[in-house]
Amino acid sequence: MFYRENGQFKASYVEDQQILGIRQDRWFIFGLIAFALFAVPYLASDYMFRAVLIPFLIVSLAAIGLNLLVGYCGQISLGHAAFMGIGAYAAYNLVVRFPQLNFILVLVLAGLIAALVGILFGLPSLQIKGLYLGVATLAAQFFIDWVFARVKWFTNYSPSGSVSTAPIEMFGFKFDTPTERYLLVLVVVIVFALMAKNLVRGHIGRSWMAMRDMDVAAEVIGIRPMYAKLSAFAVSAFYAGVAGAMWGFVHLGSWEPAAFSVNFSLNLLFMIIIGGMGSILGSFIGAAFIVLLPITLNQILPVLGGLVGMNFGTALASHMEFMIFGALIIFFLIVEPLGIARLWAIGKEKLRLWPFPH
Amino acid sequence: MAARKNGPVIALGVVLAAGLAAPLLTGSAPGFYLEVLIGGLMAGVLYSLVALGFVLIFKASGVFNFAQGAMVLFAALALARLAEWLPGWIGIPAGFPALALAFVLATGIMIVLAWVVERVVLRPLVAQDPVALLMATLGVTFFLDGFGQTIWGSDVYKIDLGISKEPTMILQSMFEGGILVSKEDLVATVIATLLVLMLALFFQKTATGRALRAVADDHQAAQSIGIPLNRIWVIVWAVAGFVALVAGMVWGSKLGVQFSLAQLALKALPVVILGGFTSIPGAIIGGLVIGVGEKMAEVFLGPPLVKMWDLAGGGIENWFAYVLALLFLMVRPEGLFGEKHIDRV
Amino acid sequence: MRQRNIGDVILDVRNISLAFGGVKALQSISFDVREHEVRAIIGPNGAGKSSMLNCINGVYHPQEGEIVYKGEVRRDMDTHHAAESGIARTFQNLALFKGMSVLDNIMTGRNLKMKTGILAQALHFGPARAEELREREFCEHVIDFLEIQPYRKTPVGRLPYGLQKRVDLGRALAAQPQVLLLDEPMAGMNVEEKQDMCRFVLDINDEFGTTIVLIEHDMGVVMDISDRVVVLDYGKKIGDGTPDEVRNDPEVIRAYLGAGH
Repeated sequence: MFYRENGQFKASYVEDQQILGIRQDRWFIFGLIAFALFAVPYLASDYMFRAVLIPFLIVSLAAIGLNLLVGYCGQISLGHAAFMGIGAYAAYNLVVRFPQLNFILVLVLAGLIAALVGILFGLPSLQIKGLYLGVATLAAQFFIDWVFARVKWFTNYSPSGSVSTAPIEMFGFKFDTPTERYLLVLVVVIVFALMAKNLVRGHIGRSWMAMRDMDVAAEVIGIRPMYAKLSAFAVSAFYAGVAGAMWGFVHLGSWEPAAFSVNFSLNLLFMIIIGGMGSILGSFIGAAFIVLLPITLNQILPVLGGLVGMNFGTALASHMEFMIFGALIIFFLIVEPLGIARLWAIGKEKLRLWPFPH
Repeated sequence: MAARKNGPVIALGVVLAAGLAAPLLTGSAPGFYLEVLIGGLMAGVLYSLVALGFVLIFKASGVFNFAQGAMVLFAALALARLAEWLPGWIGIPAGFPALALAFVLATGIMIVLAWVVERVVLRPLVAQDPVALLMATLGVTFFLDGFGQTIWGSDVYKIDLGISKEPTMILQSMFEGGILVSKEDLVATVIATLLVLMLALFFQKTATGRALRAVADDHQAAQSIGIPLNRIWVIVWAVAGFVALVAGMVWGSKLGVQFSLAQLALKALPVVILGGFTSIPGAIIGGLVIGVGEKMAEVFLGPPLVKMWDLAGGGIENWFAYVLALLFLMVRPEGLFGEKHIDRV
Repeated sequence: MRQRNIGDVILDVRNISLAFGGVKALQSISFDVREHEVRAIIGPNGAGKSSMLNCINGVYHPQEGEIVYKGEVRRDMDTHHAAESGIARTFQNLALFKGMSVLDNIMTGRNLKMKTGILAQALHFGPARAEELREREFCEHVIDFLEIQPYRKTPVGRLPYGLQKRVDLGRALAAQPQVLLLDEPMAGMNVEEKQDMCRFVLDINDEFGTTIVLIEHDMGVVMDISDRVVVLDYGKKIGDGTPDEVRNDPEVIRAYLGAGH
């Protein structure tokens, strides 16, 4: 049918190595980006921007970061929201202390600071693996939570412990309306997602995957575990830091230390399990899923309750959310450990061969 | 081999060192100091109880059961709510009889839960890598948290063991003002000790216990001599569920049954890191070390820290256990009593 | 008969002893490997053959002895130094990167040669792409050599065992090693696959002059392709020499056939 690659020959390695090898895929993704950039701003409501699109994009970026570490490098982190917290507080302090800094620069610096902390807490990964590392990252989570809750300097001595951000201004332009903020986030996310894709298809990404799949063989072939693991921690925390800074400045506006709690970390983990470990696309899918599920449940449950004549409160919706997350995680781990992204890839492969089964 | 001999010595050393240093540093009265120590030990007993569940499951199935905390919450909720509902349902007198029956029923529920977990989660994921299994138990955690609160409710509930909340004064003759010890903590310690003794008997003296130990040593070898692995898993998850029930009962009676129980149970993670994933004595000693360390840090280390850096309050017990475990990992990844692994190529 | 010009000693293992707790895996093993030769290590299961390779490329660290490689005397090797100075290896139980394609697996063999930093990699265009293409081209030669062109983009996990063994070899070859350690490259193969693998090993040795240290159980193969053979038994060296010498060594015969023969 229309999804065929007949006649698309690759005459050079450059062509063979592009990210989207099939012309139809290219059109689809370019179309999607163009739609998000030019059509969505006119179509979506303010609520849509604030409650769905902006949080979706930002957590996608954080999920990409976590996926680089867990899905690509195979190092588990149960404390990634803490790195988002680092980014958010770093950005807050940068803006408070150097108000003239350009916001993009603030984002990058916040990411770099998060990366440094990421390297620090990645150090245990050189000695320990798997479950042990999970606990080490939990230590990072709780320690960082505590630091932001207790050390007054980080919140600029705010009496309540919560912080609020200044409006975002760049090159004399103020990002006030949800649409403008959405576009800002969208551009940042597209750029960083592309860079993530570039990283994982290059030699650094291969060294991460090699560590993940068979660490002894990777070492024997000359990949330094220290460099591979710490670079994964650094890049991953950088992404989380940038996402955290945007989460604080663009999405929340003001926040308390609890905004980056261990539950947020676990949610990030669920995004990549459901969306797809080791897939950039999967990070987006998982993020969409986790952002949309509670909203949908909150909309649907009262209606369902009305049908059966019962009053389903918001408490039930949040309990249902827990149950559905839990059940889905188990479902995906058993049925398709590589998540929705893998199902998507299988579907595409089938489509390429359609109508033949093989 | 050396590990087995050194382990307890190191653990004891840590406790003693922390213990000896604290009063010297702070110049506090020995009575108060002992009070903190005992308080820490009692809290440690509770950690040990949860850690025990972890270790049992890890030994038998190689699964790092993140859901142990959720199981504690679930069991405690079941116990508290059944004890509340049963008098209305079947006219059993409220108070101890209702609680006893609720305990029996809750045990049954935990056994059913173990069976379901084995069927739905473990069996399909057998031989997956440990991180996938860890994540699956994260799924179980979320499911149980949501499910438990849906059927049992999500308020704070009480479990009344009939112990007075009044603390007792002991050793009044030795220290000025004596030492305050909560009766609940004493009962908790007695219950925990009984539970450990029961488990020890179960493992050493029964055929099922021997089979469990065989499986813990070598899955394949155990299977090849005809030990049914699946049934062993159900049993061990059921035992862990029972341990969770006891922990939930003791903890719930002390703090009230509420969602934060599940979070508190996360503290068992550093405990098993300290004690080693495969060692039951490790879980117990690890729990005590963490309990004491945490209390000591909070009482003696917290205030100076707050003063020195002008912090907005203490609360270092939120991370102390984890950071202690992390530091410990760097020095001794296999834990106090764990076994060292050699990678084969 | 193949034309050979075997050079000087490139790798000299001296009095290596390795123990895991109480288990003595290797007891004072010494042997040398000459440049361009095919050197086989044989012995019954548990003789310490794989442990020996693991000491040579630094996965294990022997308690005693020294390793002289290209004139440099070392107490023990570390994996990175071994890789950097031209030692590559394949594995007895496939140790491929399961989640990656054949091409990516082989490309990891070039990782040591790829130097562009994270930022350049993230931007991709410019130096990172030039480097990627250059190394891709090299890997394509390896792929051609091993005749696995149709499977480039296939995830390695989906390939049959024999082809996976070839990819394992390809990954090691991509590193352009001077010394190639092969840990049972023909284990579990049928006759045709073994013949193919033999041909590859000999071609590597002939065309690139790569020195080969090989562990193999198939005596026919060992006697046919190796120049010299070391025989290990229970962590001890019991024989060393040309295939003919080893074949007639009474001690070796005893180890293989049991006492009483």
